[in-house]
Amino acid sequence: MTGQMVRLDGHALIEMVREPTSVRSMPLRQLDALLRVSRRANLLGRLAEGIHAAGIEQDLPSQVRPHVLSARMLTAHQRDAIAWEVRHIGVALQDLKAPVVLLKGSAYAMRGLVAAQGRLFGDVDILVPRDMLNHTEAALMVRGWASGNQDAYDERYYREWMHELPPMTHRGRGTVIDVHHNILPTTARHCPDPDMLLAASEPIPGTPFSTLCPADMVIHSATHLFHESELQNGLRDLFDLDALLVEFSSRSASFWPDLADRAILLGLALPLLLALRYTHAILGTTVPPELLPRLTAESRIGTVSIRMLDAIYLRALMPDHALSQRWQESLARACVYLRGHALRMPPGMLAMHLGRKAVLRLFRNTSRSN
Amino acid sequence: MRLDRASPTALNPDAAEIGQLTFGQLTGLLHDGRFALNTGTLVSRIRTRLPDVVRSLHALYANHPYQVDPDFADFHVEVRQPRNLRRWFKQQAEFLVDGERPFEPLPREQAPAFLEWGLNWSIAASCHQWLTIHAASLERDGLAVVMPAPPGSGKSTLCAALALRQWRLLSDELTLLDPTSGLIHGLARPINLKNASIDLIRNFAPGSGWAPEIYDTSKGRVTHLRPPRDSVKRMRDPAKPRWIVFPRYEADAKPRMTPRGKAQTFLHFAQNAFNYSALGSLAFDATGDLVDQCDCYDFVYSRLEDALTAFDELLDSVDQADT
Repeated sequence: MTGQMVRLDGHALIEMVREPTSVRSMPLRQLDALLRVSRRANLLGRLAEGIHAAGIEQDLPSQVRPHVLSARMLTAHQRDAIAWEVRHIGVALQDLKAPVVLLKGSAYAMRGLVAAQGRLFGDVDILVPRDMLNHTEAALMVRGWASGNQDAYDERYYREWMHELPPMTHRGRGTVIDVHHNILPTTARHCPDPDMLLAASEPIPGTPFSTLCPADMVIHSATHLFHESELQNGLRDLFDLDALLVEFSSRSASFWPDLADRAILLGLALPLLLALRYTHAILGTTVPPELLPRLTAESRIGTVSIRMLDAIYLRALMPDHALSQRWQESLARACVYLRGHALRMPPGMLAMHLGRKAVLRLFRNTSRSN
Repeated sequence: MRLDRASPTALNPDAAEIGQLTFGQLTGLLHDGRFALNTGTLVSRIRTRLPDVVRSLHALYANHPYQVDPDFADFHVEVRQPRNLRRWFKQQAEFLVDGERPFEPLPREQAPAFLEWGLNWSIAASCHQWLTIHAASLERDGLAVVMPAPPGSGKSTLCAALALRQWRLLSDELTLLDPTSGLIHGLARPINLKNASIDLIRNFAPGSGWAPEIYDTSKGRVTHLRPPRDSVKRMRDPAKPRWIVFPRYEADAKPRMTPRGKAQTFLHFAQNAFNYSALGSLAFDATGDLVDQCDCYDFVYSRLEDALTAFDELLDSVDQADT
């Protein structure tokens, strides 16, 4: 009586996160798989918040309840922790005569957006004008942040080619901040003009911070996701996009056309197109159909290319867990890895960079070297 | 398929003890990833192909119940040799939680201990239904003593001695406090001993069960002691905290039990609970209640027999207060 391995495909997970009441009728073996796959996809917090909001915690088996409770404890704590961290950053940067724009998770949290609910936060990301990078770094160092030991290659990788400083860790709290001067590497093909993003950013009243305007927030999230070379949080990011699109479009009737105009103006029509295609295809997000042909034309992408991207992303965005994975997903993930790097730097530089990583990986214990 | 008496799946899962499995049977179940260990209320599904890890599990958890291919497990862990070039010149072991690796690998010979440390980490990192405190806890007559202490204070040595004499082991490393009920939940997991403590406890209780010793770890010579049978049988019974004792081994010292300030004790717990900040105000209140309802002491000792007497006296003082 070898127990059959229960599989849980990505679509089942998505269904549960969107409609948590269906969790009630799940057999225990499926619930075991659901917790594992959702934890790996960084969606357990969102699932747990959904289960709580639906008031069905008590209907779950006793083995499952502690995990739901633990996940909710953690997301509640992270909400407080991110606010606390942002406050510290505000103190450190209060004399900087420049806009400091919160990006991604911390922006969603400080704006109280639906996208922040049940979300775990990693590092805090901020965007500052490029000529303020040194001042920002110095101001953070005075307050206890420092970048770790980087070798000369890493230093050059970040400072010359990337769009950010090397990550800075706070000595006391162990928290990490990433200081960006753009949302894509300077070596990237679609690198947008950061001044346009900064000019449209909107201050958060009563704080020294701003966030990107709603359209830019979506475009940034999309750009980030579709330039990523690893998609551990791919599905989570897609849920973020879905939440942003739903919330912003319900607030303003002109959100959709503005969004398309803005993406075209920034030269980021393709990532937005992909974001809209895949939130719609995978999560069922309602997207005005007339937007897509326009974005397709503007991003100058052929039918064959878009079919290929579909083939890759519809699989690679699924959770990366043995219980949900087939060989097709692994192959798609390999394609995303190459695409992510190819978009970030020109071919010669890319070959050098990947070669160096591969050699280091053989000798180091860790597979994480940038 | 022939169903013979020794087939592990034929056993009633609640009654089945790991000690009833042959080494070969346990090896097979661990190979296939079908084995699950019950400790306290937690279920850990374990996969390994490393014979020394199997041997250690067989020795340390002989009294524990197990399940074969259960529908649900709290943790899915594996200990294995990493698949990199190092296996050809310097062997290593790695610990995985559900396929992910939270730590860097350790030298190969530390694999059995790595499983123990990894399971501790899994609990501390994900079980926020409890306040998880770095402390030992034991129970007698329904009352629990909590022993927080920095490494080197002799906490585990004292914990082992008490568990081998009349006190029920709840946990050596992780005290699990339920913030709602205020009760302490047990794990009945093996006790981690180091260096001279190993010989001390071997002499104190000849015939107890041990894992093989491992040399040259960052902590020196280490091994684990099998938890006593009675502690395992009652591992799901929580206990009400009654004392907090900070033990300190001091060569040639006379036993000294001195009252300790509650504010200071509170602060120690706040700093030594793994998930204190994750639980927020719940942790603050639970710690406050815990310290409020416990008598708090510093305890200096050099001989285990003295320590056992001193702990008996704690119990007597409660009896007197009640009568």
